[in-house]
Amino acid sequence: MSMQASKTTGIEKETLVTMYRKMLEIRRFEEKVWHLFGRNLIPGTLHLYIGEEAVAVGVCANLKIDDYITSTHRGHGHCIAKGADLKKTMAEILGKKTGYCKGKGGSMHVADAALGNLGATAVVGSAIPIAVGAALSCQLRGTKQVVACFFGDGASNNGTFHEALNMAAIWRLPVLFVCENNLYAMGTRISNVTAIENIADRASAYGMPGVIVDGNDVIEVYRAAKEAVDRARNGGGPTLIECKTYRHKGHSRFDPAKYRPPDEVEEWMKKDPILRFRNTLIEEGVLTEKQADEIDRQITETVEEAAQFAVKSPYPQPEEALEDVFVKLR
Amino acid sequence: MKELTYVEALNEALREEMMRDERVFLIGEDIGPYWEGAFKVTKGLAKQFGVERVRDTPISEACIVGAAVGAAMTGMRPVAEIMFGDLLTLAMDQIANQAAKIHYMFGGQLKVPLVIRSPFGAGKSIAAHHSQSLEAWFMHTPGLKVAVPSTAYDAKGLLKTAIRDDDPVMFFEHKLCYTTKSMIPEEEYLIPFGEADVKREGSDVTVFATFWMVHQALKAADKLSKKGIEIEIVDPRTLVPLDKETILDSVRKTGRLLIVEEDCKTCGIGAEIAAIVSEEAFDYLESPIKRIAEPDTPIPFSPVLENYVIPNDEAIVKGVIDLLES
Repeated sequence: MSMQASKTTGIEKETLVTMYRKMLEIRRFEEKVWHLFGRNLIPGTLHLYIGEEAVAVGVCANLKIDDYITSTHRGHGHCIAKGADLKKTMAEILGKKTGYCKGKGGSMHVADAALGNLGATAVVGSAIPIAVGAALSCQLRGTKQVVACFFGDGASNNGTFHEALNMAAIWRLPVLFVCENNLYAMGTRISNVTAIENIADRASAYGMPGVIVDGNDVIEVYRAAKEAVDRARNGGGPTLIECKTYRHKGHSRFDPAKYRPPDEVEEWMKKDPILRFRNTLIEEGVLTEKQADEIDRQITETVEEAAQFAVKSPYPQPEEALEDVFVKLR
Repeated sequence: MKELTYVEALNEALREEMMRDERVFLIGEDIGPYWEGAFKVTKGLAKQFGVERVRDTPISEACIVGAAVGAAMTGMRPVAEIMFGDLLTLAMDQIANQAAKIHYMFGGQLKVPLVIRSPFGAGKSIAAHHSQSLEAWFMHTPGLKVAVPSTAYDAKGLLKTAIRDDDPVMFFEHKLCYTTKSMIPEEEYLIPFGEADVKREGSDVTVFATFWMVHQALKAADKLSKKGIEIEIVDPRTLVPLDKETILDSVRKTGRLLIVEEDCKTCGIGAEIAAIVSEEAFDYLESPIKRIAEPDTPIPFSPVLENYVIPNDEAIVKGVIDLLES
C-alpha cells in the first residue's frame, strides 16, 4: 500500500493509538457492565454503546479538556471518550457513593463537570438546546471553547432539534451537532418515521454545513469532526455531522432487538468499528498485532479494576437522597 | 425615595444587576431594541448593554430556556423571559426535567444559576392562552425556587436576589401588578427569599394572598375595617422557599385562615397552604380554613365571564364575614 493512499496519513501516531485505546476502553467497559448487569449488580436499565465507539472517540479526539459535551441515555461511550475516570463511571452505574453523581444519576445520567461533560439527559432531544446554551456561553465569554452535542436519529424528530439548530446557526455558535444514526429509535426504524434518507440533509434548512460519515470508521469521523471543530473555534459556526452506525445490542437491557432483520445485523457486525480500526492500524504499520493485543490486555485489566472498585464501594446513606436539591435553599 | 411602577422597578433591577455582573445577560422574544419586551420590562437595556447581552430570539421557547440552562451551567447568569406564563408549557421539559434536576441528578457537580421571568394573571381580556396563573406547577417541582412579587418594591428586591441566586428561579410577575407603584429607595436593597411580608396587620382573620390578590385583599381590608373587622394579609413573596413560620404565626394569632388565590382551586397553592396549616396549627383554628379561588375552568374572554371567575375584593369581604360567622 502506498503511503499517499493510506487511511491514516496526516494523523499523528499518538492520536491514532489514543483513539484505539479509547474505543477499546469503551468496548471492554460496556462488556463488563453487561456482565455485572447479568450478575444483578446494576439496578434499573442500561443502554450500551457497543458498536458506536468510533463516533464518540472520533469526535472527542478533537476536543480539549475544557471543551464541552452533552450526552444521552446511551452515554457511557461519550463519558469515556471525553476522558472520564472508569472507576467513578462504573461506580455511578452501580449506584454507589463513589460514583460521579454519588449514586443520584446512574447509567443514564453521568456527568463530569471538571472534564466539560455537562451530563447525559434521558429525555430524548433535551440536551440539544443545552448544548446551544453552552456554546452561547463560550461565545459571550470570548473563549475558544467548542461544544459537541451527541444525540440519536430519534432525537432529530423532536422539536428541540429544530429550534436548537436554527438558534445555533443564526448566532454562529461553536457547536457540533453529532447525530448517531443507528437506524432505530428504540424499535422504530428511522426510515418509517423520517421521509428523507439522510438527517444531515436537514442542515441546509438551517444554513449550516451537513456532513454524512461512516460512523463505524473512526478515521472518517475524526476528519469530519476536526474540520467542524476548527470551523467552530474560528467563529465559523455550527455543523451537523450524521454518523451512520449501528448498536450491536438491543435498545435497553432486555431488548432482544427482534425488529432488526438478521442479515442486516450480520452486515453491520462485519463493519465492527474496532475490528476495522485495528486492521487499519496494523496494515498501515501503526501497531503490530502484538502491540494491539497488549493494549487490549492492559485495558481489560483497567476495566476489571474499575469493576472491582465499583463493586466494593459503599452505597450512599439513604438520607443522602435529601441532599443536593438546591445549591442553597435559603 | 422615588415612586416607580412594578415594570420600572423590574427594569431597574435588571439594569443594576447587568452593570454589577457582566455574566448576567437577557434572552427572550422581542426583548431587544425594537420592542423592548411585550410589557417593556427590558426598556432601554439593549441600547445600554448591546444586543449581545439583551438577546432577541426566534419563537422557540424550549430552546430559549434550554440555552439559558446551558449557559448557566457554564459560567453565565442568564435571565430568560417567556413572554406569557402560558407559554412556559412549551419549555416545561427544560424547566422541570433539566433546570430543576441538573444539580441533584449529577450529584451537585453542576449548578444552574438561571432566572426565568414570566407574567401570569387574568383580567386583561386576553383569554385562555394569555391569562393563566400556573405557579402551583412549579412549586410542585423540587429544585426550582419560585418568586411571586405583588408590589414594585418586592419585585425589584426579589429580582436582584434571584439573579444572584445559584439555583434556578422561576420569577413570576403579574400583568395587573405591572402598573402598580411603590416607593423605591435610592440605595440598593435586596429581599431575601423565604421571608413573607405582612402587608397589613390585623387580629381577626389571616388572609393569605399573592400577586393581584394582595391588592384585592388590601381593598377588602379597608371595607372590612369600616365594619370593625381587621384582617391580616400575609404575602409569602416566594413560594419556594416558603416562609411557613410567618403564615403559622399569623394563624396562631387570628385563629382563622382565608386563602385567596388567582388560580383554579383544585391542587392550587391554596391546597398546599391549607394542608400545612392543618398539619402544623390545627389546634389554633377556630373555624375551618376557607379558600377563594378561580373555578376549575380555563380563563374566558368576555369581560363579563372573566370578571366572574377572578376573585375580587367583594369576594374576600364576603369570605371573611362567612369565616367569622362560621
